[in-house]
Amino acid sequence: MNWEFVLHQATSGLANGAIYASVALALVMIYTATEHINFAQGEMAMFSCYIAWQLIDWGLPYWVAFFCTIAISFAGGVAIERVILKRFHNAPVLAVIIVFIGLLVIFNSIAGWIWSTVLKQFPSPFVDIFPTTKLVGPHQLGVVLTILIILTGLYLFFRFTPLGLAMRAAAQNPVSARLVGVRVNWMLALGWGLAAAVGAVAGMMVAPIVFLDPNLMAGILLYGFASALLGGISNPGGAVLGGFILGLLENGIIVVENLVGVTVFGNELKLTVALIVVIAVLIFKPSGLFGKVRVKRV
Amino acid sequence: MAGIDKNLRWAGIVLLLAILLPFIPGVSDYRIFQLTLVLVYAIALLGLNVLTGYNGQFSLGHGAFYAVGAYVAAIMMDKWGMPYYATVPAAAVVCLVVGFLFGLPALRLEGHYLALATFALALAVPQMLKHKSIEYWTGGVQGIVIIKPDPPFGLPLSQDQWLYLFTLFVLAILFLCAWNLLRGRTGRALVAIRDHHMAADTMGINTALYKSLTFGVSAMYTGVAGALGAIAIQFVAPDSFTILLSISLLVGVVIGGLASIPGAIFGALFIVYTPNIASDISKAAPWAIYGIFLIVFMYLMPTGIWGGLRKLAAMIRARRNAS
Repeated sequence: MNWEFVLHQATSGLANGAIYASVALALVMIYTATEHINFAQGEMAMFSCYIAWQLIDWGLPYWVAFFCTIAISFAGGVAIERVILKRFHNAPVLAVIIVFIGLLVIFNSIAGWIWSTVLKQFPSPFVDIFPTTKLVGPHQLGVVLTILIILTGLYLFFRFTPLGLAMRAAAQNPVSARLVGVRVNWMLALGWGLAAAVGAVAGMMVAPIVFLDPNLMAGILLYGFASALLGGISNPGGAVLGGFILGLLENGIIVVENLVGVTVFGNELKLTVALIVVIAVLIFKPSGLFGKVRVKRV
Repeated sequence: MAGIDKNLRWAGIVLLLAILLPFIPGVSDYRIFQLTLVLVYAIALLGLNVLTGYNGQFSLGHGAFYAVGAYVAAIMMDKWGMPYYATVPAAAVVCLVVGFLFGLPALRLEGHYLALATFALALAVPQMLKHKSIEYWTGGVQGIVIIKPDPPFGLPLSQDQWLYLFTLFVLAILFLCAWNLLRGRTGRALVAIRDHHMAADTMGINTALYKSLTFGVSAMYTGVAGALGAIAIQFVAPDSFTILLSISLLVGVVIGGLASIPGAIFGALFIVYTPNIASDISKAAPWAIYGIFLIVFMYLMPTGIWGGLRKLAAMIRARRNAS
């Protein structure tokens, strides 16, 4: 048994898991407020990544570009809610899903049009900050730290600020929230902005690992979706844990295969296998591992 | 019964026009091929609509059943030298069984969870088709090339004209079956399950059986469409059945109109022709135009084209009665 190999797989699983966790969190944020899964979340993150790439290409230092991109993504998220989604607040569920699919193809197509579909290299800022160790790469370490900082920040925001409280109130009980003077529609738009910003960070963490191209986030969105469901879509903490579990699970498959000494699934099929495991879990625990079981009143 | 007679009469008129369509002089074989694709997608959309529109089960993975149907047809024609018409019932049976079996675990899943499960299915099937262990049958990444059938009995038709008529024939039978199924006891049961699962249960509907059977029937329709599509395109490969196909099917169902049989035709017209129209408008970013179409359509007609037409008809009728 090669422990170094196992540990290496575990840390890289955690780094991937951090990215899934942040996408899952972005999905949960919109879900708790509107009960919709934003299928365009991944493409919005991809688009943010291109904006960051463009800013860096124009000569801005990485961290300036990083924070500018977050700000632009936040504004973009708010704008999408206020301009487009606002008109669909009373539309049937499937109509809203089609709107998300529409947004998805629009972002994908425009990114390809402006920046071409040629793969682009995206820099990692962590290479100069952290030393390279045998166990974990500098970028992986940086990803986990960044995502943890974001998660803590969001937790503090929602738990301890009046605005965070207002947003939670608007999501949980819009009617009562409106009665006590919370501007529910704007809270919703803020939620979209925050989700877009978190997604942008996730994108900028992924892009250095796989090259930047318009289809960057397609697979990651699916993983984020699976993580959110695995952890329980109504529970932000659960969704984050779900992301880490999925990251470990995915690399766990490779470790097990390596131990047994056969390659049935390999790298190409590990995504599918991980998804099948998630679905198997969901069949036994339909509201996810940490989700609230909803009791329906008849 | 007058309403039913009227519906049938309208369906008959549309069918007659559809039969005459490929014989209009000046309609090229390529146009007929495109129309054949419309018919193929209409069958697939009807299948998905039975599941999503009538039974309220959400599927992002019908491309998988389409792929299974297509491969059944291709393997039977390529490896066993079977005639094309024999592949259609075979694809139907295989997809009915596959769909039913998938429907059993899916009973535990609802809404977004079912969307994830079916999404995973759509993702897994092309990868499985590429797998080495079945490469002898599936041709791996290369896929299988099949030969377009000639019209029988020496009929003076082009291959495309014949295939169009054959597909139209299958479509007419399947639409009639669906209409019959949905307007009776079964259809009411499906809608009751969609509208209130528990109430349907207490009224004595075997919801588990109905739901998994609906999955089976829905997959069967989509599988038949897959087989017909494979024959029309003369080629199957794992990469023609990506998640994009599943998404297009869902788009078609919602744009055409949920829980409506004619909606399938409108949805099929949309998914076949809109990408072409979009790339006529903008060569650089056709999918952006397509996306804008989707959003505008949903804004103007949230219940789909068929729903929009009905609303329009009702408005005209109301105005006429008022005056």
